[in-house]
Amino acid sequence: MTTAAPALSVEGLSVEFRTRSGIVRALDSVSFAVDKGETIALVGESGSGKSVTAYAVMGILDPAGKVTAGRAMLGGLDLLAAKPGQLADVRGREIAMIFQNPRTALNPIRTVGRQIADVLIRHGNVPRRDAPGQAIDMLRAVGITDPTRRAKAYPFEMSGGMCQRVMIAIALAAKPSLLIADEPTTGLDVTTQAVIMDLVNDLAKEMGMATIFITHDLALAGQRSARIVVMHAGHVVENAPTEELFEHPRHPYTAELIAATPDSAASLDELASIPGSLPDLRRTNLPPCRYSERCPRKIDTCAQPLPRSTSASGHMVACWNPLPERIANVPTESAA
Amino acid sequence: MLTMILKRAAMAIPSLIGVVIVTFLLTRALPGDPAAYFAGPAATPQAIQEVRVKLGLDKPLIEQFGRYVVDLGHGNLGNSLTTGQPVLTELRTRLPASAELTLLGLLVSIVIAVPLGILAATRPNSLIDHACRLITTLGVSLPVFFTGLILVYVFYYLLGWAPAPLGRLDVFFDPPPQVTGFYLIDSLIARQPETFVASLKQLILPALTLGIFSLAPIARMTRASMLAVLSSDFVRTARASGLSSFTVIVTYAFRNAMLPVITTLGMVFSFLLGANVLVEKVFAWPGIGSYAVEALLASDFAPVQGFVLTMAVMYVALNLLIDVLYGLIDPRVRLEA
Amino acid sequence: MTDIAAAPRRDAALTALFRHARYVIAENPVTGFAFALFVLIVLAAILGPNIVPYNPLSSDTAQALKPPSAHHWFGTDQLGRDVFSRVIVATRLDFFIAVASVALVFLMGGLAGVAAGFFGGWTDRIVGRIADTIMAFPLFVLAMGIVAALGNTVQNIVLATAIVNFPLYARIARAEANVRREAGFVEAARLSGNSDWRILAFQILPNVFPILVVQMSLTMGYAILNAAGLSFIGLGVRPPTPEWGIMVAEGAAFMVSGEWWNAFFPGLALMVAVFCFNLLGDGLRDMVDPRRRT
Repeated sequence: MTTAAPALSVEGLSVEFRTRSGIVRALDSVSFAVDKGETIALVGESGSGKSVTAYAVMGILDPAGKVTAGRAMLGGLDLLAAKPGQLADVRGREIAMIFQNPRTALNPIRTVGRQIADVLIRHGNVPRRDAPGQAIDMLRAVGITDPTRRAKAYPFEMSGGMCQRVMIAIALAAKPSLLIADEPTTGLDVTTQAVIMDLVNDLAKEMGMATIFITHDLALAGQRSARIVVMHAGHVVENAPTEELFEHPRHPYTAELIAATPDSAASLDELASIPGSLPDLRRTNLPPCRYSERCPRKIDTCAQPLPRSTSASGHMVACWNPLPERIANVPTESAA
Repeated sequence: MLTMILKRAAMAIPSLIGVVIVTFLLTRALPGDPAAYFAGPAATPQAIQEVRVKLGLDKPLIEQFGRYVVDLGHGNLGNSLTTGQPVLTELRTRLPASAELTLLGLLVSIVIAVPLGILAATRPNSLIDHACRLITTLGVSLPVFFTGLILVYVFYYLLGWAPAPLGRLDVFFDPPPQVTGFYLIDSLIARQPETFVASLKQLILPALTLGIFSLAPIARMTRASMLAVLSSDFVRTARASGLSSFTVIVTYAFRNAMLPVITTLGMVFSFLLGANVLVEKVFAWPGIGSYAVEALLASDFAPVQGFVLTMAVMYVALNLLIDVLYGLIDPRVRLEA
Repeated sequence: MTDIAAAPRRDAALTALFRHARYVIAENPVTGFAFALFVLIVLAAILGPNIVPYNPLSSDTAQALKPPSAHHWFGTDQLGRDVFSRVIVATRLDFFIAVASVALVFLMGGLAGVAAGFFGGWTDRIVGRIADTIMAFPLFVLAMGIVAALGNTVQNIVLATAIVNFPLYARIARAEANVRREAGFVEAARLSGNSDWRILAFQILPNVFPILVVQMSLTMGYAILNAAGLSFIGLGVRPPTPEWGIMVAEGAAFMVSGEWWNAFFPGLALMVAVFCFNLLGDGLRDMVDPRRRT
């Protein structure tokens, strides 16, 4: 970790949702940081709270959701305490987000050029008449061919991959310093996936922009990020540089995740799964470690509030009985 | 764009054919002797026979239908017994009165209902949301003629703010020179501000009555549609991009939300054209609705048939217009091959 | 299937229905209120003429146009008749018109719709054309035309209302029949030798009924408004029969000169009845299909 201030620092974020069947404690004291220009991945299974974290930071939580504790420091501003006016200024200009399902995430009755221009006019100090031209430039920058003609197209006339490029163009139009990408490639075919990931990476490097990739695909996360934050049931359970995480996972959940990641060499019967399922987050008697009920390494101390130990190499694990520094049984390429 | 309009127009043709057939059947479905009905209660048997021959009622049905269609093509809707005038002429003269009233009523309705629906959707469970729901449920239950009468009682009799419900203009005023037939527009064109104000005064209560009547479906649809759109993915993207509240709600959410509301307008027009007749009776408004009702009371049937036919044709045309308007706003409809 | 075996099943189904109804009413007291109001209206319709203080038809010109008082709760009309008695007695006629219209349109539209959805092909096309033609007219105008052509009787008002609502019921019934066409119990009925018409009438139509019931409650409100509207312009019931619409029409002239009670109370009755049916329809919809709650 560098000593310079991080681009985003999430500290102790807790979020609750009011539902008909009770209060869902979606996030409990989530903390992590992203350095300037760094690409990290937020990884976890469905329901782990990764998207909720992003929505909470961006201030676009569902009305039933409430931030009950924590800060999200972007520069000197606490996003969670900011007034709606401040927040609207910062969104798009300093911090931006792209979503899953790019087709539905774009306004269906507005041309893509105008949607990009809207952001440019709002944040980019661009005079109205220059905005359409700059929008075309943005389309070119995200790799859309014939951008002048495409700028007048509507989302329904474009493929999923192209719509995702447009969404990237919208997000990056005002040159934010941090981009959150929420499962941007889910639903796209494999070739397009790779292309989109490359695009985001390249643009991020060019602009010196920090990126948070949210994904359930550990392998995908491993390819592009410098650091991986693993979440489970609303907790951050491990946070380490990518290589370190894959070679020496310390949290039992991380180890299971890695083992469950399909390896191209493995056959179907060799596919491992993670035993048990996510605990019901509406329970009032949730244990301090939400993985303990399905954890093979559970010990008595696990009933205590979670510790957070960070090694010198920047490897954080929240576990009373973590795996030792060296693991013997993680399948590696050289295993028979 | 043009192809879409032509296609929609072509789809309206079967409806028009159906309308013509049904109105023909209604003419012939009169109980007893249709000729006697068209000749009127005071006719002699001789006169009835003349009418029978003239209407071709002694010929086979197919031939009668043919004559009916040919007559329609020439604009011959028969003559009114009470005035002796061709029905078409009288309808044409009286149509602007009804149109002015209905359009103003619709305008009042939209001006109140749409903002109400938007506010109710952007502030769920607030006072205004509950008020909106109450108004829409009540609005659907109020008989339109009852609303009209209550308004007259309160604003004319009790408060004296509104003029007597005696038609389009007070006796002291002359109608402005005819350009469109709409007194509001014509008086402005002729630079007669007093006439404008006088026409407006007479228009307020009946337009308000119609407006209150059509408020409910529009407000309900706007609210439901806005609620759905506000929780959609693309509004989330717009918010995440930091676009201003106004841009998000109006440019992004509202334009999309209006699409189902425009479709609802078709149904609203169906109600309005019917309610028009009732409101014209309450306010002694000289439009085509009261024309038909007066004719009915005098057992004069040709105007009633002409009225039903005209209303139906107007309705088909209005629906076509709504389809085209929808296509203008929604490119997905326009650009589909 | 003997009746003995069928009876406990029927009872169980009925108890389940009551329990569900009680739950919905507890969840939403407004529905309970609407239901209570509905019962009141039915009682007024049934018992009306027997419980009113005055004969609704007897005129007493000396008492004409008296405002509401202890003697005449709703005042008297221009012929000295007691408005309260007339309003209560009119419930029977208006309620009858509503029920008859709804029953007729359910039969006509329901049968045509399920036939169209079940058989498809020409049946579907013809029913569709008829429905489209009806919908090409502004509905009240068409009702006016029908009653004008056929004559001012209660039967014709009921017929006109049913015709005007036909497309909606046909459409809903058709959609439901389409879905159920391939259902298991239909196949079973077919295999045990039932003719298509028997299947339609006894298997499919009863299944379509709950979905239509919601619409029927709303249509009852519409039917009353329709009848009242037609009466208001002279195309409905003839005087001196007490009917809410006619009473408003007769009282309209006096409203302008300040005798408001004549037209106000029948109009209020109209509003309350329609309001009740609309609320009931919403409550029924919650019971039948909570997903469509607005």
